[in-house]
Amino acid sequence: MSNAILSIHDLTIDLPRGADRPHAVEDVSFDLNTGEILCVVGESGSGKSMTANALMGLLPDGVTVGKGRAMFDGADVLTLSEVKKQAMRGARIGMIFQEPMTALNPLMRIGEQIAEVFEAHKLHTRAERRARALALVKEVGLPDPEKIVRAYPFQLSGGQRQRAMIAMALALEPEILIADEPTTALDVTTQAQILRLILALRDDRGMAVMFITHDFGVVAEIADRVIVMRHGLIVEAGMAQQVLESPQHDYTRALLDAIPTGKVPELAAVHAPPALEIRNLNKIYRTGGGLFRTGREVRAVNDVTLTIAKGEVVGLVGESGSGKSTLGRAVVRLVTPDSGQVLVGGVDLAALDTAELRKQRHRVQMVFQDPYASLNPRHRVLRSLSDGPIAKGVPKAQANARARELLDIVGLGADAATRFPHEFSGGQRQRIGIARALAMDPELIIADEAVSALDVSIQAQVLELLAELRRKMGLSILFITHDLRVAAQVCDRIAVMQHGRLVEVGAVRDVFHSPKETYTRELLAAVPGAKWAVDTAVTKQGAPA
Amino acid sequence: MSLISTILGRLVKAVITLLAIAVLNFFLIHAAPGDPAAVLAGEAGAADPLFIEQLRARFGLDQPFHIQLWTYVKNVMMLDLGYSFRQGAPVIELIADRLPATLLLTLSAFVISLSLGIALGVAAAARVGRVSDSLLTTLALLFYATPLYWAALMAVLVFSVQLGWLPGFGYETVGSGYSGLARAWDILQHLILPAMTLGLFFMAVYMRMTRASMLEVSQMDFVKTARAKGLSGPVIRRRHILRNALLPVVTLAGLQAGQLIGGAVLTETVFAWPGIGRLMFESLGARDYNTILGVFLVSAAMVILFNILTDIVYRIVDPRIGAKT
Repeated sequence: MSNAILSIHDLTIDLPRGADRPHAVEDVSFDLNTGEILCVVGESGSGKSMTANALMGLLPDGVTVGKGRAMFDGADVLTLSEVKKQAMRGARIGMIFQEPMTALNPLMRIGEQIAEVFEAHKLHTRAERRARALALVKEVGLPDPEKIVRAYPFQLSGGQRQRAMIAMALALEPEILIADEPTTALDVTTQAQILRLILALRDDRGMAVMFITHDFGVVAEIADRVIVMRHGLIVEAGMAQQVLESPQHDYTRALLDAIPTGKVPELAAVHAPPALEIRNLNKIYRTGGGLFRTGREVRAVNDVTLTIAKGEVVGLVGESGSGKSTLGRAVVRLVTPDSGQVLVGGVDLAALDTAELRKQRHRVQMVFQDPYASLNPRHRVLRSLSDGPIAKGVPKAQANARARELLDIVGLGADAATRFPHEFSGGQRQRIGIARALAMDPELIIADEAVSALDVSIQAQVLELLAELRRKMGLSILFITHDLRVAAQVCDRIAVMQHGRLVEVGAVRDVFHSPKETYTRELLAAVPGAKWAVDTAVTKQGAPA
Repeated sequence: MSLISTILGRLVKAVITLLAIAVLNFFLIHAAPGDPAAVLAGEAGAADPLFIEQLRARFGLDQPFHIQLWTYVKNVMMLDLGYSFRQGAPVIELIADRLPATLLLTLSAFVISLSLGIALGVAAAARVGRVSDSLLTTLALLFYATPLYWAALMAVLVFSVQLGWLPGFGYETVGSGYSGLARAWDILQHLILPAMTLGLFFMAVYMRMTRASMLEVSQMDFVKTARAKGLSGPVIRRRHILRNALLPVVTLAGLQAGQLIGGAVLTETVFAWPGIGRLMFESLGARDYNTILGVFLVSAAMVILFNILTDIVYRIVDPRIGAKT
């Protein structure tokens, strides 16, 4: 207790009138110790980010600190004047944010944005600032620092931008680093690198890190201590190992249970004929190209051959940019492949003309990633579900009846039909998305990151629904995901994609336990808390059901 | 991809577009009721068939269609826009005569509106929700909603007729014999009322857009990053918010700049400003086809020119553009 650098007592944050609850955070008390990484875990809306923003004095308009103190170096940071808060931000408490894509000013060079931190605190000369920015870029492990400081954010990858963010936060060697979901938007391998970087920086500089996350895998990887938050309250706190191994609170247990583990499902019996046969599929994107220049080619899908049997779920995993989404879209013919065949029930979708394609479209349906953006906000749910079948020639009454039936099947109840999408939560909308796909009686469903945008507990429910639908209806699914743990839970076989090629295809058990390709091994090793997840999976399976 | 090759590319496209416009012009002449010779003869006041035949031969109208087209496009390329019988002068001279007055008026209005609009928009956004913000936005709405000609007439009534501060019409004092600085001062006095009238309307547009854009950008993540660095409010506003908020304003300004020649007809008419807008207006009434088409071509060239300028400005302001490869 004596080495606590920051002590929060009874922090309550008030939400504006008309919010879904009066307080974002209620009576929260905890300490942050020098040199420790404290993970604050919770799902969206738990108040974890609000707590961090309150410490930085960066609460959104209308949200205010109701009561409580946050003692840092003998003063309450919550009641500091704006001038003193300004002096503290960046210099003594640094912060990094979730979205590396949007958290950097798109019009300023990376070097300028880092040097600006010194300028804000009136330190050093212009030349010194530049030199220090360069040194920081080197320290956070960015390649070719001379070039990076002159680059604009759009020229950097997500992981590189996050490193640049970290460089800014570290510029003045703050005693506390607050990291708000800094790896959530990144690929597993990039995530693993950033986590290692944060660990190393903590060890080198001995700063205290408050790390906000929703992912217990990340917790297992880096946390010393853990706080679990729910609806603005702390429900559990303790040492990381203790919370992970013997969670006391039901909510923590539920969160831990909801994590898809390395548990491997039984191989489903595979029936011929296949639901989908992809043969030598190619898709090349050409960018640029104009009057005075030649374009650049990206082989998004490079000679891919893959078969999905009737009733089989095949997981397509890979990092962003690996071409997995393009492959999915080519199967639905949202993207027209350059060559190759996509055989669904004996029909080559890749070769159809527009008119024929419209008649055959129903064979393959897609469930999209963003449940908020993929439903027309002006249409009632019923219309979203029955439009497709009606266009296909199903009588209206029959289509409507089927839509209600499907809404019942996906667990929303037939009443949902008359409501609008905004009346549903993210998980519920994804159920609507699944019902919409099913309404077309497809032979194959493409689920493109269908659960990636959802909180873990909601994710678990949707995955369960998919598993159940699959048992009942014998669905064939191509399940595209970047999350290997999810893939392991729902799929029979896994196809690993890298740079547009399938590098490994095999049964989940084989791919996970004895991966043949180096890339697959790298991918698996990068999963946060990988070792911990496998250990718990073993204990879970060992325990009597 | 370099700026120079972009500009070259755009210039090539511009020439092609201008050619297309010239061809379109040619077809427009031929779509006019009667043939051009009859129109010309009508203008000349005599319609006897022999005279029309002579006119045909003189202007090559008895030539096959494609040869006529070729001759016209060739003439346009050599800046020969034909002859205005109504005004008794070559069209190119008429336009060259009027162009400086119009550009003076519209460019001053453009500068006034852009600078005032951005400044007031920033000020309003910084005081969002307060009384001063409401005052500014209401004022802008007023300028925006007032019909230009009415505002122009009122300005003449108040500042010229009632107060007698400024001249109410014309480009300079006729027959004053001023030269040098004295003449410039005279023209400036004449310029103030029309330029302000025209400028205030666009100022309102820019102000509303800047304000909205500032407010939108201030919600973005990188502004939070800037605050987390410990930067002060004014620095964040200037360096992070304003620079990003100006992008849509530049787009709009580029569109407006294209209107610099034809967009001031009303103002020029009310203030008796001897510009292109009035030339076009008069030519329309007089069915002076050659002049109308000449103005059309020059306006089009201006739109293209300002589009290219906008693109260049945009590339300087936003590094993401043109750097995709």
